[in-house]
Amino acid sequence: MYRYDSYDQSIVDARVDEFRDQVQRRLTGALTEDQFKPLRLMNGLYLQLHAYMLRVAIPYGTLSGKQMRKLGEIAAKYDKGYGHFTTRQNLQYNWIKLADAPDILAELASVEMHAIQTSGNCIRNISSDQYAGVSADEVADPRPWAELLRQWSSFHPEFTYLPRKFKICVIASDDDRAAMKLHDIGLKLVSKDGVIGAEVYAGGGMGRTPMVAPQIRDFVAEEEIVSYLEACLRVYNRYGRRDNKYKARIKILVHEIGVEEYKRQVEEEFAHMRELGLNPPTEELDRIRAFFANPAYDTGLSEDIDRADPAFALWVDRQVAAHKAPGYAIVNISLKPLTGIPGDASAEQIELVASLAEQYSLDELRVTHAQNLVLPHVKKADLPAIWQQLEEAGLAEANLDLITDIIACPGLDYCALANARSIPLAQKIAQRFAAAERQAELGELKLKISGCINACGHHHAGHIGILGVDRKGVENFQLLLGGSGAEDASLGQITGPGFSEDGVVDAIEKVTDIYLAERTDGERFLDTYRRIGMKPFKEAIYG
Amino acid sequence: MVEFLSFRDGESGQEPAVTVESFTGQSNATAVRIEPGEDARELLPHLDRLSLVEVNFPAYGDGRGYSAARILRESGYQGELRAVGDVLVDQINAMRRCGFDSFHPAKALDDAAVERALTRYADVYQKTIDGRQPVWAKRHPEKIDG
Repeated sequence: MYRYDSYDQSIVDARVDEFRDQVQRRLTGALTEDQFKPLRLMNGLYLQLHAYMLRVAIPYGTLSGKQMRKLGEIAAKYDKGYGHFTTRQNLQYNWIKLADAPDILAELASVEMHAIQTSGNCIRNISSDQYAGVSADEVADPRPWAELLRQWSSFHPEFTYLPRKFKICVIASDDDRAAMKLHDIGLKLVSKDGVIGAEVYAGGGMGRTPMVAPQIRDFVAEEEIVSYLEACLRVYNRYGRRDNKYKARIKILVHEIGVEEYKRQVEEEFAHMRELGLNPPTEELDRIRAFFANPAYDTGLSEDIDRADPAFALWVDRQVAAHKAPGYAIVNISLKPLTGIPGDASAEQIELVASLAEQYSLDELRVTHAQNLVLPHVKKADLPAIWQQLEEAGLAEANLDLITDIIACPGLDYCALANARSIPLAQKIAQRFAAAERQAELGELKLKISGCINACGHHHAGHIGILGVDRKGVENFQLLLGGSGAEDASLGQITGPGFSEDGVVDAIEKVTDIYLAERTDGERFLDTYRRIGMKPFKEAIYG
Repeated sequence: MVEFLSFRDGESGQEPAVTVESFTGQSNATAVRIEPGEDARELLPHLDRLSLVEVNFPAYGDGRGYSAARILRESGYQGELRAVGDVLVDQINAMRRCGFDSFHPAKALDDAAVERALTRYADVYQKTIDGRQPVWAKRHPEKIDG
């Protein structure tokens, strides 16, 4: 894992100092709320329905046991004992007092964490694959690139007042576990003639105008990635729309001028910028890469897993993924208990996972964009002990990628933008499909709920997506089918008129019935939908 | 409080700045003002006769002027580069990094706050044209300056 040096630490410490000063000015009245708002937003502090919400960056979703423990301590000390893991691999606290915010940032800084650029019209936290460094199918570990870009994007002087927020994702595998093509810029590391570089995709995103990012370059060498991205951002900063915040994301620019024209402008700017010496020397990426070198895996480990306990075996089959090192496994921890809030974890659960990471996972864990957690380096022999402890903490749900592994935004229960409540609906759906056999029968089925058109719950990318809207003062839920955030990225289509909360649960059940009736061997829900189209589903729902 | 800030040696330009359109349309003006939607590159053929470029920020949240400033500096412009309009203390540091060397904010700034803003961050991650060594250069001194 990356560790700060004195430079990184001094920059984060300076930010704490700066924010303490700004909060002090706000508390004494020297700053009005209007003046303070852009300052707090640069630090991930939102004023929500009931309290301040603080969003903490978890760069590329990787953190240590110590960092995780600190997140739990903050939840216990400053929040109501919970943290909420988000679809951008961040963590949000929903009940923060303004006067406490500087102390929280200082606590985060003490474990090399921050909330820098977790909001505002700037380059946000860089996201990545939760299996980075441990899956056998990647070209290289994408996290050194992500860390290089974290540093480059932190307090970037030219790109702090962009037309709108800007999200970058880096992956290195053909299996896209990070919704890379639904980012403003997505990088996929590839190898060309033995040299590692990146394919670049631009203009993806969700929100009210969802787009899958087209490729704008098939290769950028690692020693030029910074200058290339500066060119991408400069074209966007200069020409992205600023007249309408709903049309200000880069996807609209790319769509309106066309991908070829955007590419041409970027190439022209890149030809200029690559000459300016903006790129760190290759030694810098090498320096960062050394932090992500393979840990010292034990060898000669057993591959056997004692499957005598059926509940344990079920969990292993669902939650455990293949690791590149013999005798090791990747453990996915579900934050989707059937009666809980998707992505929420209590301070005690966070503390437990921190301990598990320290004891069993080489002191490392990951956060996924599907709002789950991962222990990336687990010996197969330790799986029963881990499962036992997760079970006792209510964290042993075996539903990874199943219908109850729901992505949901905080919705109207917390969010000032929402039109509808996402969490109660997620719970109703989870209850309806609670039976383990039924979930297993349905197989991979990614269900995603957004409480408003801003699409924080990724509903466009759900195999089944739900969008909460306000219809004459009443919550109403639209149903979408056929989206995907994976390597086969696609956008869901609306089935037709919306439903009440109970009505949409019934409609989902009808949709799954059609799937079960129509599927051929090995087809996932998404495959069947793509083969037979919307019509049969629509007839079942509305017919 | 301070109404005008300059980081240049010597006098600041007093001449009223003309629009980009009137400047490029063969006027003899040596001072020009760029508005957010205008292309700084239109000035590049005329850099040698320019002594003052004002970049207007009608609202602090419109960041196009940062790109305009860097483009001018990257293209060799040595004259005065002035940020005018909704320029707040919280933006001064980033503006300095992009090459602005004078400021005429719509509302006067607190001197002490400006001083704090400019000195708070001892280290920076990016190379710009402001001459500051980014962190990566400090980490690898042998790779920089030959």
